[in-house]
Amino acid sequence: MTQDVEAGTVEVNGLPMRVWRKGAGPAIGFFAGYGGLPRWIPFLDALAAHRTVIVPSLPGFPGGERGHAALDTHLDWVVAARQLLVGAGLDGADLIGSSVGGALAAEMAALWPGSVRRLALIAPFGLYDAADPPADPWAQRGDRIAALMCAEPANWTALKAPPGGANSIDWPIEQTRANEAAARLLWPLGNTRLEKRLGLITAPTMLLWGAADRVMPASYARRIRERLRAPSELVTIPGAGHLAELDQPDAVAAAILRWCAN
Amino acid sequence: MKLMWFHLMPYTELPDDFRERHPSVWVDIHSSLFDPKRAHLMYNDFMDELEYAADCGFDAVCVNEHHSNGYGLMPSPNLIASALSRRTTDTAICVMGNSLALYNPPTRVAEEFAMIDVISGGRLIAGFPVGTPMDTCYAYGQNPSMLRERYLEAHDLVMRAWTESETFAFNGRYNQQRYVNIWPRPVQRPHPPVWVPGGGSVETWHWCAEMDYVYCYLSYYGYKAGKQTMKGFWDEMARLGKDRNPYRAGFLQFVGVGESRQHAMELYAEAAEYFYGRCLHVDPRFATPPGYVTEASQRAGLASQVQRASGGVLGSTTGTRMAAVAREMDAIVENGYVIVGSPDEVVEQLHEVADELNVGHLMLLLQFGNMSKELTRYNTRLFAEKVMPRLRDKFAQWEDRWWPQPMARAERAEVPAFMPKLAAE
Repeated sequence: MTQDVEAGTVEVNGLPMRVWRKGAGPAIGFFAGYGGLPRWIPFLDALAAHRTVIVPSLPGFPGGERGHAALDTHLDWVVAARQLLVGAGLDGADLIGSSVGGALAAEMAALWPGSVRRLALIAPFGLYDAADPPADPWAQRGDRIAALMCAEPANWTALKAPPGGANSIDWPIEQTRANEAAARLLWPLGNTRLEKRLGLITAPTMLLWGAADRVMPASYARRIRERLRAPSELVTIPGAGHLAELDQPDAVAAAILRWCAN
Repeated sequence: MKLMWFHLMPYTELPDDFRERHPSVWVDIHSSLFDPKRAHLMYNDFMDELEYAADCGFDAVCVNEHHSNGYGLMPSPNLIASALSRRTTDTAICVMGNSLALYNPPTRVAEEFAMIDVISGGRLIAGFPVGTPMDTCYAYGQNPSMLRERYLEAHDLVMRAWTESETFAFNGRYNQQRYVNIWPRPVQRPHPPVWVPGGGSVETWHWCAEMDYVYCYLSYYGYKAGKQTMKGFWDEMARLGKDRNPYRAGFLQFVGVGESRQHAMELYAEAAEYFYGRCLHVDPRFATPPGYVTEASQRAGLASQVQRASGGVLGSTTGTRMAAVAREMDAIVENGYVIVGSPDEVVEQLHEVADELNVGHLMLLLQFGNMSKELTRYNTRLFAEKVMPRLRDKFAQWEDRWWPQPMARAERAEVPAFMPKLAAE
């Protein structure tokens, strides 16, 4: 599966952030969700079959070293994401952001409107509605995370299972670090005040939501669309949880490829 | 050695079926369990008990900070400490302590501690905990990824606020203040002694050694479980070339004194089982916010996991340890969480604790769980009369450089005599 994946790096605040690249055709970027990408996933292959998929690691997520530790404010995060996007060759390309990565993908499109051609957000963080709060991913028993993140818990477990021969100490530390990086950006409510900036987005925006998302309530899709001035569409993915791209890689990729084909 | 009387101020009327009916004593404990009129009596009992301990001759009275917590009713220990400053005369007042990252700006801690130090005539011990995950990250919403950096920066700000004579600007990563100039300034110069309660992380030990602060291991699991941590501390001090002065360290121990071991078992079983059964019932989902445990400590924990599994050592954060605790009196005593016995037996065991752990500052929990005021007074008086005199001279060859240096008695204010009414009796 990982054959033909090209791995490079982009430097952010003096640290190398991993950038994966695979496929041919116009570029499409992906900012991963909660937990990041400790390994290549089938969703990326589904995209790479039709496009050049480019996957920069956000600081602190797998492939992102301890880059989060230098980021103290939301402005720091947004600037780091912008440096990654430009450094990875994604300026002006289509962009996908899932979950935590969705909060930053939306900022790219809002603050640098020319930098994102078409946008796809999979259950993004960034908003908070007191009447319908998202689940708190940092206040969970360890054995409940899998069922929180995916409709099929085995899909999360497969993402996070240590590969054969991996250093048994570094691997769990890297996974905890990903949760810490998400916390550094979003603690305690997940509210980056993205809501204020949604109206600045000019890129046509697809929202994708797992029908069984147990983290981010479906009402957030409506809330986001009400504030977008750009054309938008909502696609609900049956049989998918919060990280819909893990549960239903083909359906999510197909919807996004259709949206970006225009 | 120093014998210090510590109060956690537990709510004493959690229901019998608390464990079954409620997920957690901490963070989201239900408000319906709190009766303010009953708590009025509890607070007044607890403050009477602290004053009583001071009258009995304990070297210090100790209070601490918890938030949204059914076994710790002191979100602001400074309020209690200020009252104690007026109702005690020579006893040290140990605030163990203020979680520095929770105060905005942290100069609030410099100010309030300075107030207590001035009111008490220089009797304050300034405790600076990072704070538990439950208190800091969940109840107070602090970002676990920034908590330690904020703590260290706040410490630097407080120290400068206490010691610099001119108004200064503080340009920190997390705190910016144009005019730092606290009034009042502490009596103790250059500043009150600083004690740091912490878990077993090497970073904390290094920092205490570097700053010449007292390291305190405030565990609820007694001397047997504390041995490994304190050994690690002293090994590290040796590596850093520090002496084995037992006053570099503090340790918390529950104690129940009776006429005999059996008598003590009978007297204290209910209170101990209340504490270990109900007070430590914390939902594990609040145990480990990511980033709270440093990667160096995670690495050390993972590396020794195999050893730990076989050795039965408790988990790495407050919450994970609480999940594994013994809750029946026999096991509570067997594990060393609570030391019980006749005065002779308690003396013998505390000598062993002091020797094995090499701690000069012993913080004693003589009230715990739902222990009544009457039993607390009994335990306190028996300890003061029969146990304390036989431990006082221990470690006499060492100097305690970390103890408060109050103003001379003749310089201190006359505090009008106060006759306590037995309000809650």
